[in-house]
Amino acid sequence: MSTPIPAAAAGRRFDRKRPDIASGLFTGLTGLATFGILAILAAILGNILYHGLPGLSWRFVSTIPRKDMFEPESAAVLSMIVGTSIRVMIMTIFVIPIGVITAVYLTEYAASGSIYTRIIRVAIANLAGVPSIVFGLFGLGFFINFIGKNLDQLTHQSGPLFGKPTVLWASLTLAVMTMPVVIVATEEALKAIPPGLREASLALGATKLETILKIVLPNALPGILTGAILAISRAAGEVAPILFTGVAYYMADLPSKLTDQFMDLGYHAFVLSTQSDNIEKTRPILYATVLVLLMLTFSLNAIGIIVRARIRKAMRAGH
Amino acid sequence: MAAITLPADPVDLVTPPGLLSAAPLIEAKNVELFYGSSRALKGIDITIKEKLVTAFIGPSGCGKSTFLRCFNRMNDLIDNVRITGRCLIGGEDIYAKDVDVIELRKRVGMVFQRSNPFPKSIYDNIAYGLRLHGTKDKSEIDGVVESSLRGAALWDEVKDRLHSSALGLSGGQQQRLCIARAIAIRPEIILMDEPASALDPLATVKIEELILELKKEFTIVIVTHNMQQATRISDYTAFFYIGELIEYDLTTKIFTNPAKKQTEDYVTGRFG
Repeated sequence: MSTPIPAAAAGRRFDRKRPDIASGLFTGLTGLATFGILAILAAILGNILYHGLPGLSWRFVSTIPRKDMFEPESAAVLSMIVGTSIRVMIMTIFVIPIGVITAVYLTEYAASGSIYTRIIRVAIANLAGVPSIVFGLFGLGFFINFIGKNLDQLTHQSGPLFGKPTVLWASLTLAVMTMPVVIVATEEALKAIPPGLREASLALGATKLETILKIVLPNALPGILTGAILAISRAAGEVAPILFTGVAYYMADLPSKLTDQFMDLGYHAFVLSTQSDNIEKTRPILYATVLVLLMLTFSLNAIGIIVRARIRKAMRAGH
Repeated sequence: MAAITLPADPVDLVTPPGLLSAAPLIEAKNVELFYGSSRALKGIDITIKEKLVTAFIGPSGCGKSTFLRCFNRMNDLIDNVRITGRCLIGGEDIYAKDVDVIELRKRVGMVFQRSNPFPKSIYDNIAYGLRLHGTKDKSEIDGVVESSLRGAALWDEVKDRLHSSALGLSGGQQQRLCIARAIAIRPEIILMDEPASALDPLATVKIEELILELKKEFTIVIVTHNMQQATRISDYTAFFYIGELIEYDLTTKIFTNPAKKQTEDYVTGRFG
């Protein structure tokens, strides 16, 4: 005689699946939001490519504008490509070391709970939220009017050399603006390094400095490069911080010294869209300029990403 | 036919005489350690002998790892730690004001619970300490890399891939690499903080065999949770409980005839 199945167990069956409307809706919503973002990006890029490609030519990107910048036949952007590239590079040279050193101080040396450290962190967070035009005005007030003018006085210049807009001041202003990005990315990279590696190094008789230089920083390099990539992306298209600090409406020659002014792709797009007397004729040039700016930003990013990938690969291979 | 006669008095047939006559190397005198205001180590006195294996056992949180880290001053790295009492190595107070921590750590190596090879090649892992302390000669480094890897019973497994990443090694190999890295700078003492607790049984056996081999040249202090391990490899055992050193004696004595009830309860598995 077999034992009868208890009534409660007999009533518990698995085939009771009900349609789950809430989950279905949520899945749909998340998918829609993602698609929306892709659609917006595609629309922007598509529009710029569609209208910008016809205006793009080798002559356009490889000559210095000598005649009318608003005429399709004579418009050219070499000066702006060079100007934007130089200001991004000078900025990178300043922002990476200073940002990395700050992050090393905050993660490796500063007492984590102290009021002083907390104030620094709040300051960095706030710096990241300051509108870029304010950085432009800061650059004018601090770099040009304070540091630049005093430098001129100290070195007995006949005319303003540092006390005027220059590519150096514009780059430094951008470096101040992108500093928080580099600091935060580097801090994250430093925190992600297993404490065991630091201990291993110290236990072998390394000093703290040796440990930071030989173990911590090399392993944080990919994270530091992420910071650099983010900083470059942000800075390449920014116009407001360079408005008063170094960009020129027109220059007949490429910048050759740190104290020269420069032309800039982003600013040139602004010039083309506001200073033209025939907007229909200028529009293809504007599109082509914006396309060049995007291509420049993407290629600067691509360089960073490729370098980072190589470093990661080399690290996995043990070098 | 001669009759077999047993000694009239019970004598110690187990303890090799060397265990008793070995010279003292590490001495702790009334060592106390505070994290902020909480006392993690309570008046510990111990004398650890040269070229023997001394095991620290005890339940989690009993202070055995903390105490181990006093000997190479790794506790210095933690904020708010204060140590009182005296800690002597070869008669020298390692907490004296003029002690160079770098020199101390060259003499007192350490192997950690989780193997922590640098993300560098096997070769560079071993060479790290040497280069740190000023060895530049390539052939000299080559020689030490080989002898250290041989010393850590790893040479035959890695000799063909010295320049590939240490992270490609298995867990047990990585831990032996860490031991090789520690012995490369010729310390006198090797501190081991549960070196086999994250390893599988076969890798553990290799580490244990290695420890028995290493004690010919080095003084080894090992923290372990594994009591069979302590009986297999150690000459002396110290039992810690809530920051106190409860009992310290020959390992055979601790595990067969401990003097304290707490020790007996712990080694027989009644608590802990």
